[in-house]
Amino acid sequence: MSPIRTRAALLAPAMVILLFAAAGPLVIVLIYSFLTPGDYGGVIWDFSTDAWFGVLAERDFFTEELSWADAHLMVFWRSIKLSLMTAFLSLIIGFPTAYFIATRPRGSRDVWMLLIMIPFWTNLLIRTFAIMELIRNEGTINTVLIAMGLVTQPVQMLYTEFSLLVGMTYVYLPLMILPIYASMERIDFSLVEAGYDLYATRWQVLRRVIFPLVKPGVVAGSILVFVPCLGAYVTPRVLGGGKQLMLGNLIELQFGQLRNWPLGAALSLTLLVIVMVALIFYVRAAGNEESAHG
Amino acid sequence: MKRTVLLTSLAALIAGAAHAEGQLNIYNWGNYTSPEMIEKFEKEFDVKVTITDYDSNDTALAKLKAGGSGFDIVVPSGSYVPIFIAEGVLMKSNPNELENFKNVDPRWVDVEFDKGREYTVPWQWGTVGVSVNTGVYDGDIDTAAVVFDPPEELKGKINVIPEMIDVMNLAVHYMGGEQCTGDKDVLVKVRDKLVEAKPFWLSMAYGNIERLANEDIAASVNWNGASMRARLQNEDVKFGYPQTGYSIWMDNAGITSDAQNVDNAKLFLNFMMDPENAAMLSNFARYANGIKGSEAFMDEVMAVAPEINIPEGLQAAGYISKSCPPEVQKIYSQIWTELTK
Amino acid sequence: MAKSFDVRRQPGFSTIAMLCFVMLYLPIILLVAYSFNAGESISHWEGLSLRWYASAWQNDQIQAATIRSITIATTAALLATSAAVLAALATTRTRPWRGQTVAFAMINQPLMVPEIVTAVSLLIFFAMLKVATGYTGLWYLIVAHTAFCIPFAYMPIRARLQGMDLSLEQAGADLYGTPVKVFRYITLPQLWPGILAGGMLSFVISLDDVVITEFVKSAGQDTLPTYMLGQLRRNITPEINAISTALLALSILLVTAMFFFSRTRK
Repeated sequence: MSPIRTRAALLAPAMVILLFAAAGPLVIVLIYSFLTPGDYGGVIWDFSTDAWFGVLAERDFFTEELSWADAHLMVFWRSIKLSLMTAFLSLIIGFPTAYFIATRPRGSRDVWMLLIMIPFWTNLLIRTFAIMELIRNEGTINTVLIAMGLVTQPVQMLYTEFSLLVGMTYVYLPLMILPIYASMERIDFSLVEAGYDLYATRWQVLRRVIFPLVKPGVVAGSILVFVPCLGAYVTPRVLGGGKQLMLGNLIELQFGQLRNWPLGAALSLTLLVIVMVALIFYVRAAGNEESAHG
Repeated sequence: MKRTVLLTSLAALIAGAAHAEGQLNIYNWGNYTSPEMIEKFEKEFDVKVTITDYDSNDTALAKLKAGGSGFDIVVPSGSYVPIFIAEGVLMKSNPNELENFKNVDPRWVDVEFDKGREYTVPWQWGTVGVSVNTGVYDGDIDTAAVVFDPPEELKGKINVIPEMIDVMNLAVHYMGGEQCTGDKDVLVKVRDKLVEAKPFWLSMAYGNIERLANEDIAASVNWNGASMRARLQNEDVKFGYPQTGYSIWMDNAGITSDAQNVDNAKLFLNFMMDPENAAMLSNFARYANGIKGSEAFMDEVMAVAPEINIPEGLQAAGYISKSCPPEVQKIYSQIWTELTK
Repeated sequence: MAKSFDVRRQPGFSTIAMLCFVMLYLPIILLVAYSFNAGESISHWEGLSLRWYASAWQNDQIQAATIRSITIATTAALLATSAAVLAALATTRTRPWRGQTVAFAMINQPLMVPEIVTAVSLLIFFAMLKVATGYTGLWYLIVAHTAFCIPFAYMPIRARLQGMDLSLEQAGADLYGTPVKVFRYITLPQLWPGILAGGMLSFVISLDDVVITEFVKSAGQDTLPTYMLGQLRRNITPEINAISTALLALSILLVTAMFFFSRTRK
């Protein structure tokens, strides 16, 4: 067999499965987004661009005025805002943690990393559930606060944007630590020493020497956290109490109670586009980084 | 290790396939099916019953419409039965010819959504009202104002079940309209009222029995049976019937059009119209069931429960819920998206 | 010098790191602790008991969901790992070729496309197939799981392949070993840690899945996570904590095993 044939044969099983159950069905979503919704869910096979129109605009049922679909825009905004905030919060916690691990003796680093990874390989639902237990009104934090006399009434944390932020940070934090650690591990600390020899303060060393060296890891980590947050479904469903919809929940709603499958399909593809833009941004940033250090 | 896991699970699969005589897949609302009743049915007929949950009529409809779901029995609300029939997901199985059909309360035989009961039989019926923790708020609770114009004591402690039609109709009646109204003046008022009230709500989620009982929330748009289950754990939780109008619903069991175990499904429908078995359902979920003579087998708490026995003066405010026409449904959807954003 | 100057120290970093570890583990530890609660509550301690393990163990639905979860995860992990080994062989140790980018994009696609989007597309597509073929069994879930497990299986295998010494294979080929024999006796033994890591990763990823399963499942096809998602809507009892703890123990066991395995072989 020729090498090319062999290669094709070796790739075939993976490609067939992926085409069948991952990439291929996306085409159907694209088709559905151009159809007409059935009265009770499903689609009618009539071409229509209403769904795409409806992603961004709506007609008021009372005044018949055309306006921005601010309900959708609000959900988009909340998703993007919370995803950015989650990435930022993860960075603030994850960067020092990765640094801490990278500066441990060589033998124990792997053990620390294992400790980071164990929660990550734990079921997402279980972790979300664990956070819920912690921040409920009757939960651990409030019980402790009340016992200590710091508050008299439980502090409402569950079902707020705050709970989503905490929940998603908790869930995706390891995705930030992993790449930062990977690039930090390679730091040559003689560079750091040189910095101190030149009378740099600790802050200056951190900012001017360490940070530039690990920047690719920071960018990778931020993207790795940002992207799954955008499409989050379980965490907002459990912690948001139905009042803090994110894109994932809005999409699900279209396939359920709101009975607008084409709009659901169009919203899914919009989400996909936002993710792709973020990824392209990442590839660009990573590319620049490489050529700069080139 | 991996090999052992594989072998064990394969063995279990094979065992599972060979085990029961017959099978029955029931698709029903979560936390709604009496496990005792199912056990009894399984024993009596040697049928393995599998129950899968859904949380709204729409979820169920979407899944059934998509096809190939494999469910034999589904339990839509009366307002959805005509839609389920029109969409072709219910089988015309003539359950009215079953032996135990004679037990159905005549009041529930010639219902508008399924005249003469050619598709479905009564499962349970109830009302949509408000649950209030009277320890927190001791004012009048027979009003939807506790949710839509909440008193100070309840602000920030309110849950609204995310059941669009129920909540929308409650609000429409509160603003002086009729269910499924197409009157845009009323609908605008409804939208403004809901948007105005939302900041006072804590959450829009299902599963409020436990949360009412342990006082995570102090008020909720709720179903009567769920409210009663909360009261049995916390006696401060009372159920109010809004005087501006509250809906009366009935959930109905029917056989799906692509059911694969039709005979077992019929056995089951007949089984659950037996008063003793119907009472098991009610004793579990705390709703009335529409089967004559089942009261005799019901727990004592059911007979005197204010959640089940609607007070005299408030009976007139109830209306039987129906399905709204698509154009109204579209406006409802728009308001609902606005509300949940 | 009075005190040695540590170039690695950054003020406050160790504190934040410690807080991070506490934050990561506190919720899990509480969850595990309350699975042993004697009372009904998940927030008030009423004494030590195993009753929730007993009640979860006797719950038919939980038993069925557990068996189903493990069946799906095992099959999907085996399939994904096999496909990933072949794909990794095809994409490493060759010169760049046309279509390589497409192949990479395809393999990594499940990592890039949000799960909810895949779930929606599979709901529609599989529903069509279910109607057309009349088959509604477990294979839809297995295939869907296999697809999103492939990139996870692929990564460690490819990394291992790239780090491998080619001269051995070369020697094998020089001694007139057929490609299959070279693979069987030279490549495979060296690749084994990567394959094992990929397989376990896939197993855990499949066991973890909620969203795609929730959308694709047919009648009576609840896996443990989707069963638990359903339970969250109603009375939450420590039974959920008990199942969670069992799942947690399984994940920890696998991840730790994977960790030590890849370490000793390095």
